[in-house]
Amino acid sequence: MKLSLTLTVAAGLMATTALAQDKTVTIASWGGSYQEAQSKALFAPAAANTGIAVKEETYGGMSDVRLQVSTGAVTLDIVASGSGSAARAGAEGLLEPLDYSVIDVSTFYPTLKSEYCVGGDVFSTVYAWNTKTYGDNGPQSWADFWNVEKFPGKRAYRNKVAGALEPALMADGVAPEDVYKVLDSEEGIERAINKIRELKPHIDVFWSSGAQHAQLMKDGEVDMTTGWNGRFDNAAKDGAMVKYSFNQALLDYDCFAIPKGAPNKDTAMAFLAEISKPEYQDDLPKYITYGPTNKAAFDTGEITPEVAAMLPSSPANAAMQLPISLEWYIKWETIADEKYQSMLTE
Amino acid sequence: MSATNLNAAGLRRDEAAERLALFGLASPALLLVLVVMVIPVGWLFYVSFIGADGNFSLENYVRMIDEKSYFRIFVTTFEVSLLTTGLCILIGYPLAYFMSCLPVRIANLCLITVLLPFWTSLLVRTYAWLVLLQKKGLVNSWAISLGLWDEPIKMVHNMTGTLIGMVHIMLPFLILPVYGAMRSIDRDYLKAASNLGASPTRAFWTVFVPLTTPGLFAGALMVFVLCLGFYVTPAVLGGGRVILVSMKIVSNIELFVNWGAASALGVVLLGITVLILWAASRFLRLEQIAGGGH
Repeated sequence: MKLSLTLTVAAGLMATTALAQDKTVTIASWGGSYQEAQSKALFAPAAANTGIAVKEETYGGMSDVRLQVSTGAVTLDIVASGSGSAARAGAEGLLEPLDYSVIDVSTFYPTLKSEYCVGGDVFSTVYAWNTKTYGDNGPQSWADFWNVEKFPGKRAYRNKVAGALEPALMADGVAPEDVYKVLDSEEGIERAINKIRELKPHIDVFWSSGAQHAQLMKDGEVDMTTGWNGRFDNAAKDGAMVKYSFNQALLDYDCFAIPKGAPNKDTAMAFLAEISKPEYQDDLPKYITYGPTNKAAFDTGEITPEVAAMLPSSPANAAMQLPISLEWYIKWETIADEKYQSMLTE
Repeated sequence: MSATNLNAAGLRRDEAAERLALFGLASPALLLVLVVMVIPVGWLFYVSFIGADGNFSLENYVRMIDEKSYFRIFVTTFEVSLLTTGLCILIGYPLAYFMSCLPVRIANLCLITVLLPFWTSLLVRTYAWLVLLQKKGLVNSWAISLGLWDEPIKMVHNMTGTLIGMVHIMLPFLILPVYGAMRSIDRDYLKAASNLGASPTRAFWTVFVPLTTPGLFAGALMVFVLCLGFYVTPAVLGGGRVILVSMKIVSNIELFVNWGAASALGVVLLGITVLILWAASRFLRLEQIAGGGH
């Protein structure tokens, strides 16, 4: 796939011979249907319009960036990241501050960008179920996800703490608006982990990637899982018997960052400015049901009302969800993940 | 000075010159080992004593004692490694014996079937097992349609799947040295044993098996040590439920700001592995001495 993308980009470049050919950026993202969507909606068109050649890679997250920065061998110019890990990496000094005089964010949702990371799409962590097992009326809340009598069947859950504790507390009866208040102490974290411990006998797989949880649902290996909404829509398009709900889901965003010491920092900044424009962001929902971070993308007419209704950031869907708290992740993620990993080894 | 003394001195000189020449020839390899092995391991050892604040600290080792999960992870790692080694011996030894009894040409054909999967990508083989073993995979669906069992059996995303995958991948490492050892045994020893009145079973256990122990030991040790650091297969087939040291190293790199948290795990694993190798080498030598005493 990588090769064919490079070829597409190369073909696009050849068509516009007048453009400079010596500018290159290397972008790393998460692979699978997600990166394919980014590539088709953002990278390839932006490369064709700017003349910047794009090299795409997949990577394992901010740990790769940490490795590159600490050894002084940075090869990546742009990385796609979850908002939480970007916030932590930024605080650690692994990322270049973004220049918002180059990147125009005047029509962005104000919360969907930070000093080090500019939002690329909005997604939700949802519960999804197998429609063959439960029909269309699967679980409607996290309490249902935990209810193994009403919904007997095998579950899958994340193997990391990010997005894992909030659902457990909601299942334990905490109101969504109080979740981060309760989690703001070791006892609250313990309470959430205990709730997962309770469900653990019914959790067959602790998944580690979006491609994996989509595949688990496609294969019918589990009956219910947590995961990222867009992956399930794409799995359903491929014929998987899967549905999900936005009720009590976690609203989060992905963003693009530039590693400290990136070889083509200025080109990367210009490229980020380009792909943050509404005319690219409005194409993303065609390939994956993740919403734009630039509000103006809703005004171009590319996103139909039907498509908008499926996106995590549409007003009706957003109202049902709990927005992720980046402050909580910066403060607690390391401590909480150690406890979480410990629970996994029991 | 007598002629013999002169001769001895000349021989010594030649010997020293030859040793120097051999050292010269070996030095590129030695240098390579130094650069790609000793220096990085030494660096890992060093950073394992550096705390999150950048100063000397034992916190990475203290954490491994304080958090019970580290102990459990080491226990699981050794459990998986021991079980894999044991299963490899149970499957590999009879197979190697069978092959060693065949005429060389047919045995070579068998050897190719052992080696063929060995040449296939590790990832491909691992995912192939996932496809075969999962709930709606080939094995379950065939067995159900043949009426062998009614409900899908859980064979992957747990210890069972991890062991199946690891045994499959490790088998050649055991079979090759064992087969080599068996091929080099003079079968006349067995005939001599029978001639002296031993039953075939007795001849096999008292003559043949002891002669294969060096090969078996070498193979078993290789499998065991490779298992200790195995990552891909248990990560995919264990379904996140079988957590080994290698996975904890990865998650510590992702989680903590510093390398020390991960390298301390590597240092402890390396230490334990060296201890095991040392113990095994002592045992192996005793075995040979005991064997030579007969």
